[in-house]
Amino acid sequence: MSSFLSSSIGKKLIMSLSGLFLVLFLLVHLILNSFLMFDSTGELFNAGAHFMAMPVIRFGLQPVLFGGFIVHIIYAIILTLQNQKARPQKYASQNLGNSSTWSSRNMFVLGGLVLVFIVMHLMHFFVPMQITGEVPMKMVDGVEIHDGAALVKALFTTGTFGIVYTCIYVVGAILLGLHLAHGFWSSFQSIGMSNNIWRARLERAGYIYAIFIAGGFTIIPLYLHFFA
Amino acid sequence: MADKIIKNLTIKVWRQKNAKTAGKFETYKINDISGGTSFLEMLDILNEQLINDGQEPIAFDHDCREGICGMCSLFINGRAHGPDDDITTCQLHMRKFKEGETITIEPWRAGAFPVIKDLIVDRTAFEKVLQAGGYISVNTGGVPDGNAIPISQDDAEEAMDAAACIGCGACVATCKNSSAMLFVSAKVSHLAKLPQGRVEASRRAKNMVAKMDELGFGNCTNTGACEVECPKGISIANIARLNREFLAAKIKD
Repeated sequence: MSSFLSSSIGKKLIMSLSGLFLVLFLLVHLILNSFLMFDSTGELFNAGAHFMAMPVIRFGLQPVLFGGFIVHIIYAIILTLQNQKARPQKYASQNLGNSSTWSSRNMFVLGGLVLVFIVMHLMHFFVPMQITGEVPMKMVDGVEIHDGAALVKALFTTGTFGIVYTCIYVVGAILLGLHLAHGFWSSFQSIGMSNNIWRARLERAGYIYAIFIAGGFTIIPLYLHFFA
Repeated sequence: MADKIIKNLTIKVWRQKNAKTAGKFETYKINDISGGTSFLEMLDILNEQLINDGQEPIAFDHDCREGICGMCSLFINGRAHGPDDDITTCQLHMRKFKEGETITIEPWRAGAFPVIKDLIVDRTAFEKVLQAGGYISVNTGGVPDGNAIPISQDDAEEAMDAAACIGCGACVATCKNSSAMLFVSAKVSHLAKLPQGRVEASRRAKNMVAKMDELGFGNCTNTGACEVECPKGISIANIARLNREFLAAKIKD
């Protein structure tokens, strides 16, 4: 087992499985966020957020999610350092533009930028909603719940900060989309679930998924900024 | 019709005395090269010029000069085997270059392929990977015995496509991680697709990957650059197969 996890393919397997897990999480996250657009009162979103704060999810699934992120990040660092070491002397001129895509060559940079975005994102939403509880409260059916929708709307719409914030989220979504554009099909390839026929299909599915996720996470902040 | 003559070319080439000394680029001028000259012939002409001038000729690997031996290497203008697709350097012709162009020539760059002299690198690492499992130990008999085992056309074709690998190292040279996955996957695949090779498939995948990792090749990040620069067009579908073979072998343990 140890020789398996220390082998290059073993590490790539961990990278791809944690990546696919995060790919699924993104879908759940996007669906929940979309409630902000479908219900202007914010009740639907609050109900969703309330559901996600249930003890089973909060103490059962959330650690798994954080674990997924941490494993993905740690193995990305290990693999990238090894890859840097594999070519001690660089080329004076190297033209990779016509043999590979930009995003495939810059997964570590894209991932790092997405991580910076995630840290900021957690500080503004996850910390107040799930740790410090500095969120406006609201009575729904006799139960007092967090008014997360109000928190979100305030951040995206208040003055100049709202504009900056909206822009940051749009950029974050595009970076994530570029990461997924390579990551999605690449994770299937690393597991070995690809061949000459499925490769084209998986690549196309990856592009569609990347556009869907990036598009979704772009539209929501723009919608909130201009229409909420 | 006579080939076009390129009147002036500047050759910027990596010169390195031996494995221990640091190398550097040297620049040479070469004139009146026919477009029909192969790239290696151009280097031969340049070397004659250097010898006549009392200088040390440029050392570079070459053998068959017909694209099947895998000896010629060279990273030309930022691409393995230069600016053309599905060819080795010996099959590259000077008509691919423009009048007055500066051509940059570097050796393969990878920790696992140390430079021996000038443009020659030590590719023994590939031999070591092959020795770890790139063979079959069973006696397969003669041609009639081979023909006695029915093999589907698809499997035979895929095995032959993978067997087209000439072990030149362009995949390692091109890969931004210096990964040898395309080479190893081709060697694993051409045997894994055939019944004679199936017998040792698990052991082969495990041993060859272990050796590849040990020799300091990088990890594959699926950029796909290797298959584009591979002179034999080996597909990265083979890498997916190697991943499958390796993971299945490890799960069986």
